[in-house]
Amino acid sequence: MNFSGIRAIYIYEMTRFFRTFFQSFISPIVSTSLYFVVFGTAIGSKIGTIDDVSYGAFIVPGLIMLNIMTQSTSFASFGIYLPKFVGTIFEILSAPINSFEIILGYVGAAVTKSLMIGIVVLITAHLFVDLKILHPFFMIVFLVLTCVSFSLFGFIIGVWAKNFDQVQMIPLLVLTPLVFLGGSFYSISMLPPIWQSISMFNPIFYLISGFRWSFFGTADVGIGLSLIAIATFTCCCIGVITWIFKTGYRIKS
Amino acid sequence: MTPIIVVKNLSKTYSSALTALDNISLEISAGEILALLGPNGAGKTTLISTICGIVNPSSGKIFVDGFDAIKDYRKARQLIGLVPQELVLDSFETVLNTLRFSRGLFGKPKNDNYLRDVLEKLSLWDKRDSPIMTLSGGMKRRVLIAKALSHEPKILFLDEPTAGVDVELRKDMWALVNSLRKSGVTVILTTHYIEEAEAIADRVGVMNKGKILLLSDKKTLLKKMGKKELKIELHDPVLVIPASLDSYKLSLTEQKTALLYSYDTSANRTGITKLLNDISKAGLILKDVSTRQSSLEDIFTNLLEEKK
Ligand SMILES: Nc1ncnc2c1ncn2[C@@H]1O[C@H](COP(=O)(O)OP(=O)(O)OP(=O)(O)O)[C@@H](O)[C@H]1O
Ligand SMILES: [Mg+2]
Repeated sequence: MNFSGIRAIYIYEMTRFFRTFFQSFISPIVSTSLYFVVFGTAIGSKIGTIDDVSYGAFIVPGLIMLNIMTQSTSFASFGIYLPKFVGTIFEILSAPINSFEIILGYVGAAVTKSLMIGIVVLITAHLFVDLKILHPFFMIVFLVLTCVSFSLFGFIIGVWAKNFDQVQMIPLLVLTPLVFLGGSFYSISMLPPIWQSISMFNPIFYLISGFRWSFFGTADVGIGLSLIAIATFTCCCIGVITWIFKTGYRIKS
Repeated sequence: MTPIIVVKNLSKTYSSALTALDNISLEISAGEILALLGPNGAGKTTLISTICGIVNPSSGKIFVDGFDAIKDYRKARQLIGLVPQELVLDSFETVLNTLRFSRGLFGKPKNDNYLRDVLEKLSLWDKRDSPIMTLSGGMKRRVLIAKALSHEPKILFLDEPTAGVDVELRKDMWALVNSLRKSGVTVILTTHYIEEAEAIADRVGVMNKGKILLLSDKKTLLKKMGKKELKIELHDPVLVIPASLDSYKLSLTEQKTALLYSYDTSANRTGITKLLNDISKAGLILKDVSTRQSSLEDIFTNLLEEKK
């Protein structure tokens, strides 16, 4: 194992993140606060409680998920897209480092960064509402697994993308709608039956449901199903990445 | 000498169905300096990239110090430093940090003293904390060299190290290559400047259309193909060369005012004295004489023209 190589990539990625330290954290803090003002306070007072949880608290898991999913994806995709775009990837390809180690470096850094964002969002939320975490262990499992799988997903996007628009398109056009429609801000049971059935096809719905369960002990679907969903997604990403490195797809000619 | 790089029947066809390398076989000795010449698109960069692991070969084998470049890629790649043709660098990173990154990437333990040596040798130590975007083009090229040297490679590939570099810096670069040679590093460089190959290489390879047309010791090459030419300008033009001079195989210039005699400098007798005597015996009056040695450039142009 080339540990020093993994470390070099990891540190490089983290340095890039801390160079824009302020921007990295201020935007999730501001957007979370806005959600609380608008949804939590203004609209939440009209909704009351869902499954005995105040609306303000109810949206916290969804908010964290929204942030870490989009951030993991964009951290990892930019991480690998930039050297491809600038051309510095030649150095990584010519180094005595294998694809698994390269992924550990890039995805490891993306996971760290998005976990930090997730924690910042959680702390910000805590300033607005009282929060009790019923199953902290599962909460952390879901948090970490989501960061890992979406960072892997982001890595794929970064390899696939041919220009900056494509790097940004997926989080914006695919991820955000799926997170919103996945029950971030409402319980599926509040939807008409047809939309409930459609939601079952949204993989992110299972993640949010599981994550919310770890906070409040109530969920739209069973925790087992949620775990299966995230495991499946992770495996798919690993499969695609293995294929990418075997064939050199869009990395090596 | 033992070869440090062995390339066997290497071919590369890009997905565009373009054959960039066509069954290339090549051995490079440890400690030598090899210059690869060839027109744009000859396949020089592709050859280097394939040896370094950036491009997948379509067929053939590469061994670096005995290690298969694909099966034993870790051991093979640790020995190699690469300076690419393009100035590809992360502009926001500082000089010293980017060297630390390269060294780490190649699995070497931290050693800032060594990096300091490298930077000092390349006159970059003052710039160690500057972001790369604030450096000039020549400095950036040197940063790339420093990066390639950061993991103490035994083999250094320089892809057009002096493209767009001023005369002074080019001389510096040659001096650097020489000092690397002294420390036992094998250097493979590509260039479009014949005088560069002439000045620093031990061996010269000429590539065109994915093939190596010629690979030879520079001195033998110059000796073998480097004929000298004596130009004898005459006071009055002549229409035909006098028959008494037939044995010299002279040729006449277009204006018929000068005779050309080519001879081999390495031969025992060049025959010049006798020729000049015979010319005056034939009644021709000399105006001036000059000699010209053919350079690698002549060899190079001849070679490319022959193959057309
Ligand atoms: N990634 C690629 N995909 C497709 N074709 C390529 C690729 N890289 C190089 N080629 C083609 O392969 C051929 C050899 O290119 P290469 O860059 O090796 O030439 P070169 O000798 O380095 O030329 P130059 O002196 O201009 O740098 C060219 O015809 C080029 O168009
Ligand atoms: Mg080239």
